Formats: sequence, C-alpha cells, structure tokens
Amino acid sequence: MNFYRCFRIFGWNFTITPGRFIMTGLVAIMLAIVSIRLLTGFGVVTNLSDETPWGLWIAFDVMCGVALAGGGYSTTLLVSIFRFDEFEVVCRGALLTSLLGYLLVLAGLFLDIGQWFNSWRPYFSWGYSSVLFEVFWCISIYTSILTFEFFEIFTERVLTKRLHRYIVRVLPIFIVIGLIFPMMHQSSLGGLFLIMKERMFPLWWSEFLPLYFLMSSFFVGSAMVGVESSFASKAYGHGIPHNVMKKLTRIGGCIMLVYLLMKIYDLFTMNLWSYVFQGGLQSNMYCIEMLFGIIIPIIIIFSPIADTKFGLAGYAWLTVLGVVVNRMNCVFTSMYESGSYFPSAGEIFISIGLVSAGALVYAFLVENLNILGRKHAVQINVHKNKDIRSLIWAFVRPNN
Amino acid sequence: MAVLIDITKCIGCESCSVACKLYNSLDFKSEPRNIKNGRIELDDNRWTVIHKYETEDKRIRFVKKQCLHCKEPACVSACFSKAIQKDEETGAVVYYPDLCVGCRYCMVACPYEIPKYQWDEQFPKITKCEMCPSRLENGDAPACVAVCPTNALISGDRDELLKKAHEIIASDSKYVQHVYGENEVGGSEWMYISDIPFEELGFKMVSETPVTKYTKDYISKVPILAVIWGIFLASLSYYNHRNGHGTHSESEEDFENPDDENTKDKQD
Repeated sequence: MNFYRCFRIFGWNFTITPGRFIMTGLVAIMLAIVSIRLLTGFGVVTNLSDETPWGLWIAFDVMCGVALAGGGYSTTLLVSIFRFDEFEVVCRGALLTSLLGYLLVLAGLFLDIGQWFNSWRPYFSWGYSSVLFEVFWCISIYTSILTFEFFEIFTERVLTKRLHRYIVRVLPIFIVIGLIFPMMHQSSLGGLFLIMKERMFPLWWSEFLPLYFLMSSFFVGSAMVGVESSFASKAYGHGIPHNVMKKLTRIGGCIMLVYLLMKIYDLFTMNLWSYVFQGGLQSNMYCIEMLFGIIIPIIIIFSPIADTKFGLAGYAWLTVLGVVVNRMNCVFTSMYESGSYFPSAGEIFISIGLVSAGALVYAFLVENLNILGRKHAVQINVHKNKDIRSLIWAFVRPNN
Repeated sequence: MAVLIDITKCIGCESCSVACKLYNSLDFKSEPRNIKNGRIELDDNRWTVIHKYETEDKRIRFVKKQCLHCKEPACVSACFSKAIQKDEETGAVVYYPDLCVGCRYCMVACPYEIPKYQWDEQFPKITKCEMCPSRLENGDAPACVAVCPTNALISGDRDELLKKAHEIIASDSKYVQHVYGENEVGGSEWMYISDIPFEELGFKMVSETPVTKYTKDYISKVPILAVIWGIFLASLSYYNHRNGHGTHSESEEDFENPDDENTKDKQD
C-alpha cells in the first residue's frame, strides 16, 4: 500500500508526493524566470518603477520572510533562556523553519539587488549611518549562527563521533549570540522606515516602528510554529500537544495586546483618529490589518475559543496573515499612490518558487534528521489523487 | 556651492536640461519613462526637467526640478555601502557606482523622490543630478547654471545666496515670503524663490526636521541596548547552567534514542 514513493539514495530518504512533484515544477519555473531576471535586469520581469522602487520581493520575500522566521528566536528565547521546558518539542522545527526562512530571504534579496556582484561591499565600505547596514550585518551573522545551530542536528547523523560532542559544548554561547542579533535586526527592519517619514501614510509611521516590528515578529513566530505544525501533523502525524501550543501562543498573545495598546497610544499622541475612518484604500487597509490581524486574534486567544483546535488554528492563521498584510502595507499601501503598483507574474512566480523550494527542503530534512519531536518524520500515506499518482508513477517507474 | 532659482525669471527654454544631457552624456533619444499629470518627470536619462504650471489667473510659471542636494541628505544616510556621499567642500551629493549594491533604499528614503534607476540595464545604476562635480572642482558653476540665459539660476556661496534671496523677497512684494530649501528637511543647497505659492507649483510641503534625525536617534541607541540585552541573556543562561536546569547532558541522552532508531532504519 505504498502510495508515495520513497527513494533511498546512500541511506537518505527522498520522498516524492504529487504535491512535491508540483512544487518541483514551480521551482523549475522560478529558475527560468531567475535567469531572465539576471540576464535582462528588472524591466522585463518585474513591475517595479521609479515611483515604486520596492516591490513584492522586498515586502514579501524579505520583510515577511524575516518576520515569519521569527519563530526560531522566540522559541529559543523561551526554551533556552526562560526555561519553558515544555516548549522544547517545538524548538527544532522552529529552528529549521527559521534557517530556511533566512536562506530564502537572502535568495530574494540577491534577486532584488541590481549590482549583485557588489553585494560584499558593505562589509568593507561601512555606511554605518544606515539602518540597512545594521540589518545587513545582523542577517549575515544570524544566518551563520542558525546554520551552526542546525549543524548540531545534522551532526547527530553525520560525523557524529568526531564533531557532535564538541558542538554541543559550545552551543550555549552561540545560542546567546544568536538571540542578540535577530532581535536587533527584527527591530531594525522597522527602523528602515523611520527615514521615510515624509513619504509614508501617517497611520503606519511612528517612532516606535522598530519596536512594532520586533513585537510583531515575536508573536508571529509562535503563530507560525502553529501553522507549520498543523501542516506537519497533516503530513507526518506529528502534532504538538494542544495545551503546549495554547500556552505558547498565549505568550505571543500578551505581546500582541501590548502592541495593540501602543498602536492606540500612537493614534492619540499623533492625532490620527481622523485618518482611521476617513475611508479610501489606505485607511481601509489599516482597519482591515488592525481588526483581522490584531483585535480578532486577541479576542480568540484570551477567550475559551482558544481551547478548540479550530480556534487556535484560526488565531495562528489570522496572526500570520495579519503580519503579512502589515509588512505589505508598510511598503506598498503607505508609500505608493493607490493602484500604482501590483506585482507582475514574474515577481509572483519567483516568490512562490522560493517558498516551494523551502517547503521541499524542509520536507526532505525532517524526514532524514531528528527534528519533529526529535525523530525522523514519515509521510502519512493518503489514499487520494490516485489518478495523478498513477500518472506520475508512469513516468517515474514505467514497469509499475 | 549653492544655487538659487528665481522662478519669476525662468522662461522655460530648456537650455539647462539640454546642457545637463550634454555634460553628463545622457541619451537624447530615450523615451520619457515617467509621466505624471501630463508632465515629464525625472528618469535615468533626465536628471533635470522643467515643469510648466498655469495658475487660475492664467499666469504661466516654469519650475526646474532636479536633486536639491540636501544639507542632511536622506539618501546618503540611507546608503549602507557609502555609494552616495556628500562632498564636504562643494556640498554636492555624489554617487559612486562602484560601491553601489543596487538595493534602492536611497530611492525610497529620499523625501523628494529624486534618485531614479536604470530599469532596463542588466546591472542597473542609480541616476540623479550630481551638480557636475568635475566642474565644481575647477570653480565653475554646474552646467545648467552656466547656460541659463535669463539668470534664473545663480550659483554661489550658500549663506550669501540665502542673504540675497531674503533681500529680493523683502524688496519686492510680489514674492512669496519664503525661501524653499532654506529649512526644508534641514535645508538644501538648491533653493527657490517664487511669486506664486510653492504648493501650487508642485513643491512638496515637508517639515523642517531632517528625516535623518529619526534614524540617527534609533541607531545611536542600538549598540547600548544590544550590549545590555546580551549581558542579560548571558547571565541568565549562566544562572540556568549553574542551577542544573540547562541540562545539556540529560538532553544528550535524549538524542541517543532517535539515533538508535536511525541505525535500525539503516539495517532495515
């Protein structure tokens, strides 16, 4: 009854499912568009213009990518420093999501910069007055540290005898360093917008922007862990116990409550209430973001609805989407005239391709290393899509 | 080096924009990339443009648009590889393409939306008015100023020009009592005087606080906060370790079990 084929190559499992087959196709499409982008510049592939210099790649791949990868640092902080030992089951999954998130961010950034062969310049030509300089250094360092932390999981399987025990010994130092940098650059991503005061719609600009970005990355981190584990439990039958997940998301919920209060404080101190209800795309987007991304999730998480599986999943999804909308709003809605920018097919396909690549690598790694619940995950066989399956297997195994 | 533009004297002859293209070897044949409200805006081959405005009482005015060369330039502060720098002597904000990564942060940071991009190049660069740095070095005025036939553009020391501007607007009642660029986002090298309110001529009304102030305030706090946070984390981590909570030895044993399964898997 093996519906999904699992190839073993040198002892590593390569599972192929119809979903992964499609994702591989998306990655291939992405690679084709990437080569066009690198050969012809931005004009052909993107809808970017002088009026809208930052587009989907910055807003989604970079801003959302980094925020959603916040699960790594927030769970590490709770487990390693504040000793919430019950969250330890979550830790490794979150770490992997973060690492992949950051690698995708770097890939997205690489495509978005024009003179990529100069990308090493900021290491030597220090534009230290720029917030981007801080973001650049922090992301570089943090990605290296994440790689190292993940290497510990990797060495459980490879080079176990020679390397693993030493790595375990120095790991705590790296964990501490690895908690300083993400918090610095999560907030600095918000700091990027400080200089755009004259260009942003007043509802989004605030001197607290760095703090807002830091807080939202913290609460979206746990929500993302929830979303990820709901996928993982579907595919691998690995669920995080409901009460653990509820407690984890409630900590995020507390931060979210403070975030909401600060946002309201901003409305009073900067006299912005009239903007909120003036109508028009910008104020409507603001209301949508605050209502569905913040207020409803808070109501869910602090009410008995959170005791149901459905309620918790609802919280996680709303929070994740809320932060995505927030980052998009900061870049597009607040800065560009309405309707002047909409991502092109090329931009969208590259973003989708990057996410697919991440999902494929994630699936491969959790099936081969001790990540989910500290053991190898095994794909659950699903008795669906028999037709697609036989079609694909006709290609892969003609004699079947 | 600063420039004062007297909008009442400009006849819209476009000598300045032609001189700019000649001096900076820009493409004369390029199609305008950005058109807004019927006016051709700056782009990678147009570092300066003239905008025509007609007031309600049928008076026609021409406004020259180019980089204002701010005293506290947002683009310079935003660049993380120092590819845009302000020349200390001349005040010109100059671009160094060899250092440019192409992140376009300068474009979103500029309050006046001046820097433009070569969207159709494989390795695009930022483009904007650089005040003809090689001319300034020799003590010459920028190309556009040098060719202006009506003296609508005059260059000189910023303080002297500012004094002159205030004399002009004080002596003639037709002028608006405001020198645009004196204090706008901290002031700029290029300044305008006009007889028609600046708002009606498409000038952006901005606050007098330089936008770089907000990033400076933030950046100056970051190192201290990071150090405090680091010390806090390290001490808490050490405390946990001493109290035996941070039991890495225990969890190491946990690691072993899945490993065993691993080897079993392999044997299978």
